[in-house]
Amino acid sequence: MNSISNMIDWFVSTGVLNMAMIALIYLTVFAVLGLFLVLLERKVAAWFQLRIGPNRVGYLGLFQTIADALKLVSKELTGTVKADKFLYNLAPYFVIVTSLMALAVFPFTRDLQAFDINIGVFFLVAISSIGVIGILLGGWSSNNKFALIGAMRSGVQTISYELSVGISLLTMVILTGSLQLSEIIEVQKSGWLIVQGHIPAIIAFMIYMIAGTAETNRAPFDMVEAESELGAGYHTEYSGMKFAYFFLAEFINMFIIAALATTVFFGGWLSPFGITDSLPWMGLFWFLAKTFVLVFLMMWFRWTFPRLRVDQLLTLEWKYLLPINLVNLVLMAVIVWLNLTIQI
Amino acid sequence: MGTATLEPTSIKKGFKSEEYFINMGPQHPATHGVLRLLLTIDGEIIKKVDPDLGYIHRSIEKMCESNSYQQIVHLTDRLDYLSSHINNEAVCLCVENALELEVPERVKVIRTILGELTRIASHTLWWGVMGMDVGAFSSYFYGFRDREMINDIFEETCGARLTMNYNIPGGLMQDIHPNFVKRVKEFIPHFRSKLPEYDRLLTGNIIFQKRTKGVGVLSKEDAINFGASGPVARASGYSCDVRKYHPYSALDKINFTEALDTTGDSFARYKVRIAEMWESLAIIEQLIDNIPEGDHKVATNAVIKLPKGEFYQKVETARGEFGVYIISTGTKNPYRVKFRSPGLSNLSLLNHIAVGGKIGDLVATMATIDIVVPDIDR
Amino acid sequence: MTNEALQQTILSWFPDPEFLQPQFTEEGSQYLIVNVEAEQLHELMQLLKSNPETKFDYLFNLTGVDYGKELGVVYHLESTVHRHILVVKVQADDRENPIFDTVQDLWATANYHEREVYDFFGIKFRNHPNLKRLFLTEDWEGFPLRKDYVDETNMVVK
Repeated sequence: MNSISNMIDWFVSTGVLNMAMIALIYLTVFAVLGLFLVLLERKVAAWFQLRIGPNRVGYLGLFQTIADALKLVSKELTGTVKADKFLYNLAPYFVIVTSLMALAVFPFTRDLQAFDINIGVFFLVAISSIGVIGILLGGWSSNNKFALIGAMRSGVQTISYELSVGISLLTMVILTGSLQLSEIIEVQKSGWLIVQGHIPAIIAFMIYMIAGTAETNRAPFDMVEAESELGAGYHTEYSGMKFAYFFLAEFINMFIIAALATTVFFGGWLSPFGITDSLPWMGLFWFLAKTFVLVFLMMWFRWTFPRLRVDQLLTLEWKYLLPINLVNLVLMAVIVWLNLTIQI
Repeated sequence: MGTATLEPTSIKKGFKSEEYFINMGPQHPATHGVLRLLLTIDGEIIKKVDPDLGYIHRSIEKMCESNSYQQIVHLTDRLDYLSSHINNEAVCLCVENALELEVPERVKVIRTILGELTRIASHTLWWGVMGMDVGAFSSYFYGFRDREMINDIFEETCGARLTMNYNIPGGLMQDIHPNFVKRVKEFIPHFRSKLPEYDRLLTGNIIFQKRTKGVGVLSKEDAINFGASGPVARASGYSCDVRKYHPYSALDKINFTEALDTTGDSFARYKVRIAEMWESLAIIEQLIDNIPEGDHKVATNAVIKLPKGEFYQKVETARGEFGVYIISTGTKNPYRVKFRSPGLSNLSLLNHIAVGGKIGDLVATMATIDIVVPDIDR
Repeated sequence: MTNEALQQTILSWFPDPEFLQPQFTEEGSQYLIVNVEAEQLHELMQLLKSNPETKFDYLFNLTGVDYGKELGVVYHLESTVHRHILVVKVQADDRENPIFDTVQDLWATANYHEREVYDFFGIKFRNHPNLKRLFLTEDWEGFPLRKDYVDETNMVVK
């Protein structure tokens, strides 16, 4: 008995138990969040397309995606005979684990943050580039030409657009002087960064949203899946829960991109003009409200724009976004140097 | 249809090691049915497109040889099902010409109105699918919204929404529904207000223009050489509207301009179809107030026997020139029937215009060629 | 050009009465029909297409016909410049190995249509670059649109 209580003591004292608990809560909450993002997407799509959308399962169809998830869990996992079994099975975990890991560093309110590291932004950029390995692995190991084309497209696309995401965030980091997400929000108490940084910040935000949409492989940059061209792209050969991981990861990634934009550009959990400063829990509301506005924006892109062609996608990044971004970075540095920022 | 070999020997010749094959279809979202394209690809670049047909071949021409002329009409619905009314009309006109039967003016006008409605319905569906092929999903539903109104009119007129079977040799199966004129008149202003919406959603979109301009360019000479017809040919500047050059039904009294473009790329084909929808509206508007009174058919013998000889009738379907060629030996069954489908000729030029483009270009080009596979396979 | 003028023009290309001449008829058809021997087919077609007076640049239909004893091909030609229409017919007595010259070098559209005729009638086309079945499988036996084709399982003959 003694050894067990010793062990528990050790877990408690080192914080491993806490970490495990938090991880479990995060996993549950964000898996459900992912499901409801799917529902939201379907409702938004329906709204854009003169339809009603799911409305049968549960009140107003709220449980539709839960039902879908149950269906996917209970489905048989099929795969190709000549697939590279090990990598084929590994790939979905790469994608889902990295996107869930990224969630750890977000400050949802002042006190609700799992993991406040001093390189928060860097951590997010680093983690988000691991996800593409999963897609590449999945496409390659499926032993399917459509999947391979999709995976290769994903490779070029993510590697290209990561530059723009990184540099546009770097532009904002010049303003904050810190990579720590909680500190970035502290800085914004004297005005959201999109206001503080005015012109270069707005440019950075626009580039970030374009590149972020491309990072998540969503339309108009859904080259990777491109139904009408490749069938289903890299996840052609996946079924059941393995497919669900890819699917869920896409939606969580979209949430991450929007949440990061909220944190870096729109003051995170800070209320506009400090109207609810006396109620700290309202921070969560403001954070989610801002994030979902941006999520909606990304859905709006998806259901409006046609898809780019793969060479146009690369032209857009390397010929336009990257040079603009670099100039913008210098511009921001000059503005900070000359103290031309707007402080409220 | 090829046998189940993965690498047909005919393509293996001159095959480079960087290239690989990919089977687009027979189950693929972009081939719109059961068409299989055997692509030779180098990376993303198309080197060769080899269509493999016959997955939905029903040998309708052979079936016609053992059916009466009234029965043949119903088989033509199943060719280009999006232009079913116009296909029916072609057979009926061919039989009526052979019998030297003069149908009432009322029939001619109603046939023309329904033909143009069919064209609009087909083009709205094409527009929706075109958007979907280039990745803009919402257009599909906007296209279907307007097509739905036309289908409702069809349903009220003849009970069917797609395969209409409204024409019979000698006229129409029944007279039009009392609501017909009213509903068509409701549809015209509705669609007039919605067509600019199409332009806002797709035509003006910069991504859409980049995806279609300069893609799949077809010159006028090639268009004629490959026997292209319909919007595909007209986008290359080749004036070939059967409604202009060989007018049938009430079309000889109608003023309309043939939609033409000269660039010959996918965007031109797109614009020509949009312009055709406007023109079709104009044609309907000229006719809808002046449907003459009279019978909806003239009596024919229960068993129609065509005189000995051969008869050809061409009409303009939504996809291009559709032809019916009947050889008769004077019996109740035709000796040989050939349907000249616009789809087969239009598809044959796909390899010519798609080579050198990306996979995405091929999809955009296929969408603007607007193939209907049952029409190709027959 | 009127049908009479067309007839005169075409006859003027074959002045030698020793040789076979194209036969004209308008009987039972709304278009002028030219019956031509298989040997003359390609020459006539080339002239029809290239001569500026006729300029039949649009082959809008190519039909295979089984006349019972003979097998034939019917070409429907139209000129996009002059807008006149001509029907060219060619026949072969040999049912085992009927062969005509291809016209796909003149009209690219003939490529697929000749394959279709080959598929259904077994009529071969000399110099065709890719003469294989278009709709049916490679191992299909017989030519379904011939009048003597029998398929007891799939065909219902009334």
